[in-house]
Amino acid sequence: MAVGKVTFTKAEREKLAEVLWLLNWISVVTGAILFGLGIFLKVEIQKWQEVMSEQGILYVPHMLITTGLAACGINYLGSKICLDCADTNKFLRWKLVMMPYIVCTFFFTACVLAGALLCYSIRGQLEESLYQGLRNAMRFYKDTDTPGRCYLKRTLDLLQIQFQCCGISGYRDWFQVQWISGRYLDMTDGAVVDRLRSNVEGKYLMDSVPFSCCSTISPRPCVQHRLSSASSDFSYDHQRQPLNLWRRGCGQALLDHYTGVMQSIGLTVLLIWLFELLVLTGVRYLQTAMENVLRLGDPESESDGWILEKSLAETACYNFDIIKNLGKCYQVDDDPNINVPSVAAELEVPSQQVQVQS
Amino acid sequence: MALMVVKFDLKKRVKLAQTVWFMYWFAVLAGILLLSLGLFFKIELRKRSELMDNNESHFLPNLLIIMGLIACGINAFGGKVCYDSLDPLKFVKWKTVLKPFLVFCVVFNALLLVTALFCFVMRIPLQFTLAEGLKNGMKYYKDSDTPGRCYMKRTLDLMQMEFRCCGNDNYRDWFEIQWVSNRYLDFSAKEVKDRIGSNVDGQYLMDGVPFSCCNPGSPRPCIQQQMTNNSAHYSYDHYTEELNVWKRGCRDALLSYYGGIMNTIGALVVLISVTVGLQYVQSSLSSLANPEDVESESEGFLLEKSVKETFTDIMTKMKTMGKGVKVEEGGEEGIATRE
Repeated sequence: MAVGKVTFTKAEREKLAEVLWLLNWISVVTGAILFGLGIFLKVEIQKWQEVMSEQGILYVPHMLITTGLAACGINYLGSKICLDCADTNKFLRWKLVMMPYIVCTFFFTACVLAGALLCYSIRGQLEESLYQGLRNAMRFYKDTDTPGRCYLKRTLDLLQIQFQCCGISGYRDWFQVQWISGRYLDMTDGAVVDRLRSNVEGKYLMDSVPFSCCSTISPRPCVQHRLSSASSDFSYDHQRQPLNLWRRGCGQALLDHYTGVMQSIGLTVLLIWLFELLVLTGVRYLQTAMENVLRLGDPESESDGWILEKSLAETACYNFDIIKNLGKCYQVDDDPNINVPSVAAELEVPSQQVQVQS
Repeated sequence: MALMVVKFDLKKRVKLAQTVWFMYWFAVLAGILLLSLGLFFKIELRKRSELMDNNESHFLPNLLIIMGLIACGINAFGGKVCYDSLDPLKFVKWKTVLKPFLVFCVVFNALLLVTALFCFVMRIPLQFTLAEGLKNGMKYYKDSDTPGRCYMKRTLDLMQMEFRCCGNDNYRDWFEIQWVSNRYLDFSAKEVKDRIGSNVDGQYLMDGVPFSCCNPGSPRPCIQQQMTNNSAHYSYDHYTEELNVWKRGCRDALLSYYGGIMNTIGALVVLISVTVGLQYVQSSLSSLANPEDVESESEGFLLEKSVKETFTDIMTKMKTMGKGVKVEEGGEEGIATRE
């Protein structure tokens, strides 16, 4: 009792082969698209990798790139096979390759699905990496003279300008970090010394933010300093001036940006997976139909095509038995061709007795 | 003695016709490219028309769009004629149109070269428009409550950040205008009254710049206020400080941006006209090579006589055209006098 049995005439078989040839070529194109998406994601992540604490997230674009390349190769081979399958003589060339090819394609399709699901599930890891990375970036904002960190200030400023955000969850994060380097602080000034002494760690903290937090849509020139004292600037009440600085935190902004990118990529990869599955099913039907034609011996006759020869449970048991027996190949069993010495010695004695008697 | 005589048999004619047909379609694509370049330039000008006082001239992008459309039309027509040229029945109806068509194509090519020249030359009026527009833009920076100008601040800030520039010629331009609105000035404070009293127009001038002039690549946090006062900031010398604010003026930055676009478009137009011109040469060969009898050999040439002779021919034709009216009058007079 086969699964998904369909009968094919000769003309239908040839039509199927042609259609599959075309679909395989389209799959090569979608494989190239997959490759392109992987490269795009890699470039996007590398743009802001300085504010991410770990690079582990790069395995998603790498997986997409390898899967895309594999898709191109596999589907190109598939198109060649399908083109030859229309003719029974040419099919004989590919007969032995077909089954392994189908198994490979099945596993490869599973990889594509895994890639799509990864895109959706990476959000948690990304969030942690971003928040930790941004925290470090703000701490090292002032270290423009330390090798390895001298461009963090520029990166963070450009990030805040481009994504229209300030701080990690809000602009107050800047009040807890010393973002002015000690090189630009006059240590002989009483006010500076007071501030340094006012906290445990000896940091120069102020209620100001860098210029990159300034909002361009504010009607008044940017107020960056003395943000928490109400009497600092004329007619400035920091609670009633929502437009002065960017309100959004950069953690949220980056997370939204990357989640959006990954979700669109994930959706595209899912669609590509469905298409690949369709092509795989078609190739399986073609393979079984052609093998049955060869079994029947008459190239003009109708033949059956199916997905699985027996039902799902029977096929599973059959394959499981094969795997079990692979492990048992050196153990004794009921094979009569194996020479078991104890049984053969017993048999030899009666024949000698017969000879003596005659 | 004809110019560039080439013998054609059927195969060669077919090959020539095919090549020319391809080149015509390539020229149609070039026409589409010209059209899209014109549109792109128009959009870029529109985007920043606020900074140019809405005064900018759209002559060049409009010209590019029209030339692109004409190029598409001419070359599509040429491709059709070429396609028909292999079939003598179809070709007969095009034969009379062909010569004027080729002349028109040569004229169009010359117009393309003129357009390219415009692309390189229009930089100069653009410079003046930009200078005027930016000066006014800076004047209206503080008027974020005046209808019609409330977005000038945002436009100017975004432009300074995007093009990495400050002020018209340099950052000192901001010292000469009041860019803080009176709504945000405390007129009871002594400092404000001093500053307003210190100049003839009663403007609040300061040696500070807006935040959008700040350079993110500076190693120290941005110094925007009291920029010329070295003692107001620790370890700061405004003469040697290079990275604090953008050094470049916005007029220069915008001019080099638009100049770059126009130079690229001009170079592309020259390239297109050369490529397209070559294929007109080929098509004239092809058109003259088609006799009534398909199988026979034929000769193809660029010009029927040599260049000098063709030129003298054209001159004589023009002279006779000019004299045509006179001769007739003379003839009539002659008849009148005889009578």
